[in-house]
Amino acid sequence: MLEITEGSLAVAEAVGKCRPQVIAAYPITPQTHIVEALAEMVANCEIDAEYITVESEFSALSACLGASAAGSRVYSATTSQGLALMFEVCFNCAGMRLPVVMSIVNRAMGAPLSIWNDQQDSVSLRDSGWLQLYAEDNQEATDLHYLAYKVSEDHRILLPSFVCFDGFILSHTYEPVDTISQEQADSYLPPFKPFQRLDAADPISFGLFAAPDYYTEFRYEIDQAAKRALSVIPKAGKEFAELFGRDYSGLVEGYRLEDADCALVAMGSICGTVKDAIDEMRDAGKKVGLLKIRTFRPFPSDEVKKALSGVGRVAVLDKNISLGSKGAMALEVRDALYGSQIPVYDYIIALGGRDVRKKDIARVVSLAEEGKGDLFYGLREEVLQ
Amino acid sequence: MNDEAACVLFDSGHRACGGCAAAMAARLILDAAGKDTIVVSSTGCMEVFSTPYPETAWGVPWIHSLFENNSAVASGVVASLKKQGRKEKVIALGGDGATFDIGMLCLSGAFERGHDFTYICYDNEAYMNTGIQRSGATPYDASTTTSPAGSCSFGNSRPKKDLPMILAAHGAPYVATASIAYPPDFKKKVEKAVNTPGPCYIQVHAPCCTGWGFEGEKTVAIGKLAIETGLWVNYEMENGVVTKVKKVVRKPVDDYLVGQKRFRHLFKPKRNDAEIAKIQALADRNAVKFGIDITLKK
Amino acid sequence: MAIGTGCTARPGKSRNNKTGSWRVFRPEFINEKCTSCGMCRIICPEGCIGENEEGLPVPDYDYCKGCGLCAEECPSEAIEMKKEEK
Repeated sequence: MLEITEGSLAVAEAVGKCRPQVIAAYPITPQTHIVEALAEMVANCEIDAEYITVESEFSALSACLGASAAGSRVYSATTSQGLALMFEVCFNCAGMRLPVVMSIVNRAMGAPLSIWNDQQDSVSLRDSGWLQLYAEDNQEATDLHYLAYKVSEDHRILLPSFVCFDGFILSHTYEPVDTISQEQADSYLPPFKPFQRLDAADPISFGLFAAPDYYTEFRYEIDQAAKRALSVIPKAGKEFAELFGRDYSGLVEGYRLEDADCALVAMGSICGTVKDAIDEMRDAGKKVGLLKIRTFRPFPSDEVKKALSGVGRVAVLDKNISLGSKGAMALEVRDALYGSQIPVYDYIIALGGRDVRKKDIARVVSLAEEGKGDLFYGLREEVLQ
Repeated sequence: MNDEAACVLFDSGHRACGGCAAAMAARLILDAAGKDTIVVSSTGCMEVFSTPYPETAWGVPWIHSLFENNSAVASGVVASLKKQGRKEKVIALGGDGATFDIGMLCLSGAFERGHDFTYICYDNEAYMNTGIQRSGATPYDASTTTSPAGSCSFGNSRPKKDLPMILAAHGAPYVATASIAYPPDFKKKVEKAVNTPGPCYIQVHAPCCTGWGFEGEKTVAIGKLAIETGLWVNYEMENGVVTKVKKVVRKPVDDYLVGQKRFRHLFKPKRNDAEIAKIQALADRNAVKFGIDITLKK
Repeated sequence: MAIGTGCTARPGKSRNNKTGSWRVFRPEFINEKCTSCGMCRIICPEGCIGENEEGLPVPDYDYCKGCGLCAEECPSEAIEMKKEEK
């Protein structure tokens, strides 16, 4: 059923239909509407979950970790500083192979303090072992939660997932969203079957320490599980498409890439603007296309390489910066294209909520055509003097 | 209570120092709580000596996540069990560093929210796992590696944080102090805590032979002296009111201090009368506050 | 998977670590003096003292670290620490 609703509320509704048994969350802008909506659902017995009002994000994810280990499906949501406070626990959840699902309402990292959007927060956790899915619009943001639980809880994977969508741009925007019914949700996402759990009837010790003779092997297994997700995600996406008609079987998605001279690479809500800009440029005779990255972790290098193999140049739009190096996505794309002659230009763009318009995308394409890249796009004059 | 069962619930083969009070505590806790218990440990000596992969000494379900989050993890475990309609008891275990210092935020949050679990702090009065650094539980004048006695220092400059009172102020229904030197008393308190609904707290004095500087065979004797000098008081609080106190015929604090390397600077090259008087005053204050003195009939 | 997914282990595994090899002094139990009070079994940090049918303590030297707590605390002085002969 198509409904016009706020992004956060659409996500909260989808999360509710995933039937989380334990929810633990701490308020932080722009995530609050999601956890408020879930609290309301619990208060009205619309969902049957234990809701823990923790005293910090650190405890939110710690409580999720414990609840998951004890055998419940769990949920949390956060952003930016809250995610940073969870840093330690993030590595723990992945290392302990607990399929926690968390919404990341993407926001910039301080300092300076900024409540506005970029993707520095989740991108900075790229080495933690969490799967990272990025949504372009609110429809995708809601749907990816079902997909995330399905993939995370798969016993071949057993890794936690971030479902990332841009703060304010998506979370606070009203868009038409097709919501699926509880029965439909249940038909896609079966009840949680823990691989192992804390249980007095069958005791197990979780979270031992590993000396040098074993540590590497545990890290290897996490990495292998993440890489298995490269084939499990498309299958879960295909199954979703068969039931609901919306196709997330691709780890990446091409838009008018077929004969493109310049391929833009982007993830998240900026892709919508890029598509509109591409349409205009195409109308003006420019061969431009987009490769949208939906799955940032694991990084689908082979799919990226395949999709970009015929293009003349690549312009990566990074809403993050690995300070002292490059944008995180550009590094991945360059790695994927290593050995080819295709130049990859990096543009640090849309940090801290700075708006990006179609003309900016056209300007980026021009810069790439001039061979100018690896720069912060659209800097104020005063810092350049 | 079955001692045989305790051996299985916390098994042999762990790597604690000989004479370790924390290992004793783990056995006594599980002996009292029984097999239907889920233990959530913080990082620390007990976690490290009991679970080097692929070995575990735990015969009950056990989980360790981080240093500072055992209360939060326990909150999640409790919520998870409640949702599933399961009846296991949940015990969070932490050393004094994890409890008094780095885990204080999680502990306070969990107690304020009122989860049904028991938190047990094995208090060995410093960060032992990292090599005997001071914590908020280190007593006055104890020499540790970060509060060393020196030419212008008598060791740790602050008395212990009064954590049991802080947790009682959270509205905890049951708060108790105990000592591994009195096993039946400790076990009784654990039983009471796990069977009291809501967040309960037990702080068990766990003398550390390695960190305090005494022979492992003296662990229980040192623990007894802490009680007998009034420097450690065993008491119970129910709903914020002290209901039971162990009374003693008090000995001078010297008897407790002199056998431990961490207080050696108070006796060498000669007895430091002024500093020991301050420690005696702490014991005297405990005696008045809790009324521990047994007055002998003349 | 060959290793415990997520670094887990099943009960009983610590028994593979025979801590008896740490021992320098060995507790010798003098049954004639023993009153079967159970103190040694209660306080042993290794949990390695069992009891036989007569209620007498039976140490498991595979795990006894020789800390001497049992000898120190035995109310009837029925345990003596002797230098371990290797």
